[in-house]
Amino acid sequence: MANVIEGLRYSESHEWVKVEGNVAVIGVSDFAQKEMGAITYVDAPEVGDEFEKGEEFGALESVKAASDLFCPLSGKVVEVNEALEDAPELINEDAFANWIIKVEMSDPSEVDTLLDAAGYKAITE
Amino acid sequence: MEENFKRTCLYDRHVALGALISPFAGYDMPIRYSGIIEEHTAVRNNAGVFDVSHMGEIFISGPDALKFVNHIFTNDITGLGEGKILYGMMLYANGGTVDDLLVYRRGGENNYLLVVNASNIDKDYAWMKENAAGYDVIIDNQSEGWGQIAVQGPEAEKAVTEVLGIAGASELKFYEFFEKDGLVVSRTGYTGEDGFEIYASTDDTCAFWDKLIKAGVTPCGLGCRDTLRFEAGLPLYGDELSADISPVEAGLGMFCKLDKEEFVGKDALVAQKAGGTQKKLVGIEIFDKAIPRAGYPVELEDGTEIGVVTTGYHSISLDRSLCFALVKTEFSALGTKLNIRIRKKVFPGEVIKKRFYQTNYKK
Repeated sequence: MANVIEGLRYSESHEWVKVEGNVAVIGVSDFAQKEMGAITYVDAPEVGDEFEKGEEFGALESVKAASDLFCPLSGKVVEVNEALEDAPELINEDAFANWIIKVEMSDPSEVDTLLDAAGYKAITE
Repeated sequence: MEENFKRTCLYDRHVALGALISPFAGYDMPIRYSGIIEEHTAVRNNAGVFDVSHMGEIFISGPDALKFVNHIFTNDITGLGEGKILYGMMLYANGGTVDDLLVYRRGGENNYLLVVNASNIDKDYAWMKENAAGYDVIIDNQSEGWGQIAVQGPEAEKAVTEVLGIAGASELKFYEFFEKDGLVVSRTGYTGEDGFEIYASTDDTCAFWDKLIKAGVTPCGLGCRDTLRFEAGLPLYGDELSADISPVEAGLGMFCKLDKEEFVGKDALVAQKAGGTQKKLVGIEIFDKAIPRAGYPVELEDGTEIGVVTTGYHSISLDRSLCFALVKTEFSALGTKLNIRIRKKVFPGEVIKKRFYQTNYKK
């Protein structure tokens, strides 16, 4: 059974968001990492890249397939988790502890469009 | 609407082992158990067992069987001795590939077993019958009745002889087989390692599977079957061979005997050999951890698209990002610099030999 953490927001494309002031910390859900199996490569954007809500910002590669990552909120990348470059398997070990990017939100009201834990749980069952 | 997929005799065992199950070739098949990397590594270093019961078994007999098989098969079975196996293809008249398959020469005259891809069983069987006019043969599709397991890896011989008690297996060389007590045991596989494929009744298949798992042989799914065959440079029908890809284009000309009197598709292959082909299958390495996947474009420095990736992985055994790609023939020479577009980025690569991994067959 995949873990869903209370207090985070979720996208239907299986990213999680933790809001820290004006910054959204973004990763993929435990459900997503379980579905993918061993993650072997994280294709992450660069600091300074800008994305619209719903836009593709990178991908996770497992042995078998690439899964696109979609930015749950509009904004500018302010930090990339560089630890994942050499250790992509950290996402399998703990998908919530190992965020992928931090985005400075251009429209914080978009947070309200995301699912809460109960809503996300419902779409993964 | 939910589709109904067929199940092999081992289906319940896959579920009990916690396999990720996915549809493949009309069957619900195990993709992975512990994980593709663990299973792949087990086959390279020890031994793994695969359920390949979905593969097709078509028996051909009758007075014209030798002549008929030679008519539909690119390789030459004239003089193929009892207990020997040949790999080759069946072709359309235009040189496109119907399927790639193994031909087993059974005991007695005019007695063959053809092992075909699961996804192509119905098509192959129909195609054989269509081309049998004027040949006195019996074409018997027994695919539903047979179970099949593949035991692969450096410890495979030990597993088959000691755990399963099939003593004669040690005597077999690569591409040889014997039949005994309703079993067909061949030294073949799809991994690049030494190993065996055992065709048996569904009851025997289940009993063998249980013994191997109990003895600690790693259960392996179709996920690592693909990563293993890929590293060994082996094609998969649908990716590297198809109705639109001839064996000459796929670099499998050595399995097409153009000096044979005739076979369906021969004229097309002769023309391709003489005049060259538009496209050719190559291996490409990119110098990054990014992974080229099927369908990604292959480009020149200026962005011109000259081909497409057919299969690609970050190789588990070699830790390199590799792929097969169909490219315009003029860009297929070893050492040619080619780029692969992966999502929004372009990665430089180079044409290398398709057999990425040094195979370990018992010749």
